[in-house]
Amino acid sequence: MTDLLKLSGVHTHIGRYHILQGIDLAVPQGQTTMLLGRNGAGKTTTLRTIMGLWQASSGEISLAGQRIESRATPDIARLGVGYVPESMAVFSDLTVKENLVLAARDGPLDDTQLEWIFGFFPALRRFWLSRAGSLSGGQKQMLSIARAIIEPRKLLLIDEPTKGLAPAIVMALIECLKEIKRKGATILLVEQNFFAARELGDHVLVMDNGTIVHRGEMAALASDVPLQERLLGLSLEAHQ
Amino acid sequence: MMILSGDPPRSRALTLVLVVIILALAATPFLFPGAKALNVAAKICVFAALVASYDLLLGYTGSVSFAHTMFYGIGSYAVAIALYGMGPNWAAVATGIVVGLPLAALLALAIGLFSLRVAAIFFAMITLAVASAFQVLASQLSWLTGGEDGRSFQLPELLRPGTVLVSKSLFGFEINGRTLTYYLVFAVSALMILGLLRVVNSPFGRVLQAIRENRFRAEALGFRTVFHLTYANCLAALVAASAGMLNALWLRYAGPDTSLSFSIMLDILLMVVIGGMGTIYGAIIGATIFILAQNYLQSLMGVASKAAAEAGLPLLPGLLHPDRWLLWLGLLFIASVYFFPTGVVGRLRNVGGDKSPGASH
Repeated sequence: MTDLLKLSGVHTHIGRYHILQGIDLAVPQGQTTMLLGRNGAGKTTTLRTIMGLWQASSGEISLAGQRIESRATPDIARLGVGYVPESMAVFSDLTVKENLVLAARDGPLDDTQLEWIFGFFPALRRFWLSRAGSLSGGQKQMLSIARAIIEPRKLLLIDEPTKGLAPAIVMALIECLKEIKRKGATILLVEQNFFAARELGDHVLVMDNGTIVHRGEMAALASDVPLQERLLGLSLEAHQ
Repeated sequence: MMILSGDPPRSRALTLVLVVIILALAATPFLFPGAKALNVAAKICVFAALVASYDLLLGYTGSVSFAHTMFYGIGSYAVAIALYGMGPNWAAVATGIVVGLPLAALLALAIGLFSLRVAAIFFAMITLAVASAFQVLASQLSWLTGGEDGRSFQLPELLRPGTVLVSKSLFGFEINGRTLTYYLVFAVSALMILGLLRVVNSPFGRVLQAIRENRFRAEALGFRTVFHLTYANCLAALVAASAGMLNALWLRYAGPDTSLSFSIMLDILLMVVIGGMGTIYGAIIGATIFILAQNYLQSLMGVASKAAAEAGLPLLPGLLHPDRWLLWLGLLFIASVYFFPTGVVGRLRNVGGDKSPGASH
């Protein structure tokens, strides 16, 4: 199993704050790696640093063997990295269709892929010509994910997709992400919802204070309650 | 809908207002006799195009530029200097166009590449500095620009008021070179506005809207936002320079007050806000309201003041005295921004429908 994404000794400063303090991680090809941790641990900053939205102060980031830490965000996206930011990040003034056409970038929408997406998120077909700003929170999140998967991507970076969503929508999202996973996608997924993490993750990385404090199999962490409590301050039982 | 690039006004009230304005502008030489009406109509045409080009920047990319009058001035001066130096012929007009448009585009390119990659406020400050420097330069280079006096020039024979194309005896009204110039201004302005509608409704226009909403998100989708913003800046500069050329041809003059002054920049900003940002149609409505108010409010107030005095009403004759027209103009603008926060177009669209099917969710 080869690693699609590798971070070695990555440090990121935001202003005078030293957020990432030497991150080493690897995301294996075709697998889903969960990035867990308390609020403020540096999970979102890790994704934004990989995406080039924050410049790494030092360290190496490589995607499929290519160094990307000095590349601009659009170049990283064009290498095949799809990014789903947290908080339902859609373009509110554009329609659902325009949001997806924008994500397809250089060409027309792939009808087969679109039908596949509609299968999971029928609301997107229903509100195809509506402004994205008028969708509900769950529909916005669906659109945000649909935007990342409308084109084939080498790697998906997804930041807390279940945040603030109703349980029924969370289940639908989990099913969708499982299907994306089955199609062989490589995913680095930040998640606070431990149930979702257990359902989706192959591997797990736990962050604290800008460093990786645990790495291993997701199934192992999910079955080790004392370890969950030590690393995350909560257990899966408490979460259910 | 092809001509409107699939972006109709989307409201009956708005369509009606636009049709009335466009028909009135098209028929002005025949409906409203006198030089003032024709001057006002020509100014509305020029400013509608100029404001639409500014809307491309402010409304569609969210970039605040203070250099728009500079591009407008470049166009005006290019034609004026060429016609002044080479004499009243079409070769001079062509030279003005060939020199003015690339100059405006190059300057916009330089400003864009230099300042659009950083924070929006930096772009605004750079454009302000460049525009101020250009204004000083235009008044200092008096051997070229005529300094504070500007440059007056003659038009090619065909466009001169004395050239009678259709005599009055034929249809009851005369069509002369001035009428032809007016229709040149009308047609080119209309084409530019339609062109801008095409731009904002193209995939490129959608990227601009995405950038306006969230630049980082647009970059994360793979769009090189500096390229898109710079390209929009160049397009807006080209249209502004063309509007400046039309203005110079209409006035037969280019000077700092008519093409470079900072008050024109403020007028453009007001027209965009009154009409409605990010709509293009708002430029037509904003320019019409503003220029009509600028030109007719004073005389309208004179009539109202006189009528109030004759009716023996207290206070009103004084309040409506024509000397206070600027106060009322200011109040009118404050009221329009207060009552139409999304501009006249936004308001009319809300009145006339444009209900999104997803609005209930």
